[in-house]
Amino acid sequence: MSFISYLINGVSLGSIYAIIALGYTMVYGIAKMLNFAHGDVIMIGCYIVFVLMGSFHLNSTVSIIAAVIGCTVLGVVIEKIAYKPLRKASPLAVLITAIGVSYFLQNFALILFGADTKSFTSVVSIPTIKLAGGDLTISGVTIATVISCIIIMAALMIFIKKSKSGQAMLAVSEDKDAAQLMGVNVNKTISLTFAIGSGLAAIAGVLLCSAYPTLSPYTGAMPGIKAFTAAVFGGIGSIPGALIGGILLGVIEILGRAYISSQLSDAIVFAVLIIVLLVKPTGLLGKQVQEKV
Amino acid sequence: MRKFISVMLVAAMAVTALTGCGSNSSSSSKKDADKYYIGGIGPTTGATAIYGTAVKNGAQIAVDEINAAGGINGKQIEYRFEDDQNDAEKAVNAYNTLKDWGMQMLVGTTTTAPCIAVAGKTASDNVFQITPSASSPDVLSSGNGNVFQVCFTDPNQGVASAQYIAENKLPTKIGIIYDSSDVYSSGIEEKFEAEAKTQGLNIVSKAAFTADSKTDFGTQLQKAKDAGADLLFLPIYYQEASIILKQADTMGYKPKFFGVDGMDGILTVENFDTKLAEDVMLLTPFAADAKNKSVQNFVKTYKEKYKDTPNQFAADSYDAVYALKAAIEESKATTDMSASDMCDALKGAMTKIKMQGLTGGEDGLTWNESGEVTKSPKAVIIKNGAYKAM
Repeated sequence: MSFISYLINGVSLGSIYAIIALGYTMVYGIAKMLNFAHGDVIMIGCYIVFVLMGSFHLNSTVSIIAAVIGCTVLGVVIEKIAYKPLRKASPLAVLITAIGVSYFLQNFALILFGADTKSFTSVVSIPTIKLAGGDLTISGVTIATVISCIIIMAALMIFIKKSKSGQAMLAVSEDKDAAQLMGVNVNKTISLTFAIGSGLAAIAGVLLCSAYPTLSPYTGAMPGIKAFTAAVFGGIGSIPGALIGGILLGVIEILGRAYISSQLSDAIVFAVLIIVLLVKPTGLLGKQVQEKV
Repeated sequence: MRKFISVMLVAAMAVTALTGCGSNSSSSSKKDADKYYIGGIGPTTGATAIYGTAVKNGAQIAVDEINAAGGINGKQIEYRFEDDQNDAEKAVNAYNTLKDWGMQMLVGTTTTAPCIAVAGKTASDNVFQITPSASSPDVLSSGNGNVFQVCFTDPNQGVASAQYIAENKLPTKIGIIYDSSDVYSSGIEEKFEAEAKTQGLNIVSKAAFTADSKTDFGTQLQKAKDAGADLLFLPIYYQEASIILKQADTMGYKPKFFGVDGMDGILTVENFDTKLAEDVMLLTPFAADAKNKSVQNFVKTYKEKYKDTPNQFAADSYDAVYALKAAIEESKATTDMSASDMCDALKGAMTKIKMQGLTGGEDGLTWNESGEVTKSPKAVIIKNGAYKAM
């Protein structure tokens, strides 16, 4: 029975990784850059909800919507100010800028909210389900997380397959210059990608902080790195890959912690990543792209 | 335009450089040599800010009281406190700042890891140090004998917790969750486990976490629950404990929770539902609702001044300042002594003094040559969001 319980916890944690990993994978697929500030956008989203619910006593739905809007705007602004001027620069310069933005956001939160860890009130009001005579409990947050993850994945797939903007994203990810020649507005498409990724980050952040009720300026850092790992694990650039990578990573982490060592869980996660990359360098669902000459 | 900006930058740099000089020279020279200079260090910002703030305020109350009553041997005390954010490197910087200021004695540091770093410095500089709350025996291990503790050492806390649980017929199927990356937590855990065996307690589950994985305790709690633990021993800091209480509640797991002094502060976590901490027990030498007259006065002053109920860190810090006073009076150390001479004088005096203090209990506080304190531990239980003596 406890195995099932660990498995459910793993899927729940993995669903959060998957939603965060979407942000990494979409931005990488389209702008060919690693947005290391993504984890910190999550943290900002959590603080927005925390402040709106705690200080302004707004209800959770309004707060979450505000956080999604806030993070979307933040994502677009970061892209415009920090990344757009570097579109023609070397990938290394963009990577360093992303790390800079990440530190900026952390320290900004540090000044604004202080370093004290806050206790985050869960926004999910679904009651805990008890099965098998109380041996197996599934918390409301777990249910909400898994359902949100499925809905987001499905919606995103439909958006990309059916809508014009989604098609434009696919085109830009295939070949930026060719897409531009075909009349796709590349800048607008990249901004849209950042907007969607950051909006999802807000949702992931709220779910993360509801499940693990603590909030500090460094809340987003470790989940951000894990989600990046999940994106690479599943094949960076691939949306189903982010889902599979995220959930596998969450399950491996929790089962590793339960049956191998609670202290080595992170080491196990990263060891699995190394093995996968040795066997399949493009990740589980990654496509082998021939270098164009 | 570019030229203008560079001129402005140069000007700005020049100004900051000059102001830097100004403040340095004024802080390094003593204004009044005829005073005792006591420094304090602890985290007043950051995740463990509650401890540093309590230590700072507790000592301040003691200093104000002593100064108002005519000082030590008729001489006033100068007190200055520096923030270290519970970071060893920042603590050493804070120590250097205080030394430049003219510190003769140090009340600090507050938390264990920075204290070990600073104890290394005070040992080589021969500066007298009394820590209110850094509880690892490593703090005392420099061999110079210049460091003293007001709190119990970690082994004592572990041993006392196990004895307390056994003597008071608390549940004997025990689960432990501890931080293996923290010397404080793993130190207590080790001694607790050893003592629990001799006391006939049954440790059914033991799970660790590390600094990188201290936000999710679902797995550790599930293990304890599966093992049937009725009492969960948590030798950890209150931040993680607050998450454990919340997650256990979500899981519907309701064991008794037993913490040590790191649990102190759990009621002050921002936005934490204190109902979850109901019936949590913790080992502490100080309960703010004690009937003792001096405790009541201290609590009253603290509440008036800082709008908060003092915890044991504040009380330990208050006692540390009074221990210094007793040692200075015993050794007849004078204000014009250098920090090193002062240290030699106080070292000898500390083992001779005996004081009641706020945390002394019935037997009072005494120190041995290695710097360890002897005092009797008490346990408190949280009822309606406040500590009650047990």
